[in-house]
Amino acid sequence: MGQIYYLKTPLRDEDVKKLRAGDIVFLNGVVYTARDAAHKRLVDLISAGEKLPFDLNGAVVYFVGPTPPKPGEPIGSAGPTTSYRMDSYSPTLISHGLRGMIGKGERSREVIDSCMKYGAVYFGATGGAGALLGKKIKSSEIIAYPELGPEAIRRIEVEDFPVTVINDVLGDDLYQRGRAEYEIK
Amino acid sequence: MREINFNEIVSGVKHLITYTSSNLPKDAIDALEKAMNEEKSPVSKEILRQILENSQIASKEFRPLCQDTGLAVFFVKVGEDVKVKGGTLKNAINQATAEAYKESYLRASTCHPFTRANLQNSVGYNLPAIIHFDLVEGDKIEIEYAAKGGGSENVSRAIVLPPASGKDGVMKFVREVVSKGGSNPCPPLTVGIGIGGTFERATISSKHALFRDIGSVNPDPELAELENKILEDLNKLGIGAMGMGGTKTVLAVHIESNPCHIASLPVSVNVQCHSSRHGHITI
Repeated sequence: MGQIYYLKTPLRDEDVKKLRAGDIVFLNGVVYTARDAAHKRLVDLISAGEKLPFDLNGAVVYFVGPTPPKPGEPIGSAGPTTSYRMDSYSPTLISHGLRGMIGKGERSREVIDSCMKYGAVYFGATGGAGALLGKKIKSSEIIAYPELGPEAIRRIEVEDFPVTVINDVLGDDLYQRGRAEYEIK
Repeated sequence: MREINFNEIVSGVKHLITYTSSNLPKDAIDALEKAMNEEKSPVSKEILRQILENSQIASKEFRPLCQDTGLAVFFVKVGEDVKVKGGTLKNAINQATAEAYKESYLRASTCHPFTRANLQNSVGYNLPAIIHFDLVEGDKIEIEYAAKGGGSENVSRAIVLPPASGKDGVMKFVREVVSKGGSNPCPPLTVGIGIGGTFERATISSKHALFRDIGSVNPDPELAELENKILEDLNKLGIGAMGMGGTKTVLAVHIESNPCHIASLPVSVNVQCHSSRHGHITI
């Protein structure tokens, strides 16, 4: 296993650059949630030259569609969704300042190249650990597209949110490396 | 003819859904613990530890195990000597699904295939349920339920092989599906394989194979042997827990086989994530 870091969001360039695939990071601060439908709208806004519902500079986006909160709780269960569905949108967001993405599953060549070019990282969170990860979210507020239901954009505050670096700024990929190490041919 | 009250079915199915959403069944927990103890990769071992911790939190605090609380999938065996009083069986299951998902704060995940609009306010909360009915002898209704998530469904595949492909052809296809799926379907997986029948029969069988308890032995010795052979083969892929690399990519392989047409060998592979939420009731 790699290094362990505790990082605050928005991410600073020097923080992003020191991270390596395999490092474990505990994130603290504001993160924005967005899935496919929200990503499409964000990219459409950028194409139209319009203002986004949140500041992308140094931002971390979490690919998640949580369950509804129980009364008195900020959010329900909130584990990551599969990231490849965001692959066609992520490079545009990265080129406009996005510095971290949290999801699960392999990313496309284009996303990995964008991470290298602009200095961004892709974090993996444990899929199916929605109860555990939901408890790390201390507040949640819908800031855009409430009509999308679970896919609305939320501004969430996380505390020691556990993720693993999958793709770093050097182009390393933990999935490929890990699999190659244990594959029996 | 035995009469069963509509409301009795609604209440039984609601309890089944609600309980299953936050309590991983014992067969799944046992399989995950065994995998954690045997896993060689420290990263995958840690992921398996998190998955088991998650199941404890979910059960203790009554939280959904995963935010993807699935489409509600049912296999229902209806005794021919049963009459449902006060409504239809299908309506009872759909009503129970909508009420359980809404009242237990589970996610409504059904949407229009093209507009992607969520159907909770038009068709109903997480409706329609996916229900497979079968008629059997007797005066009982047996209802099997699983919450089927999207990530593992997305990598599932079906094919009709030429008969000469045989068992080797089946193994090759299953290997391709699981290898290509990689980290996406949330391994360690249960792999349901439907063999034979027609194109759609193979696929329904592959789904039903996922409802079997992990660790149970296939009563057909030939299939039990093939299951073990495929399991061993898939765990050589090195994908590991959540794709981080490791020796435990698949927890179990379950096969259901049917007689098929002399010209065809249909094969369907339905993949189940590690959060194998399933249960059943008999009324």
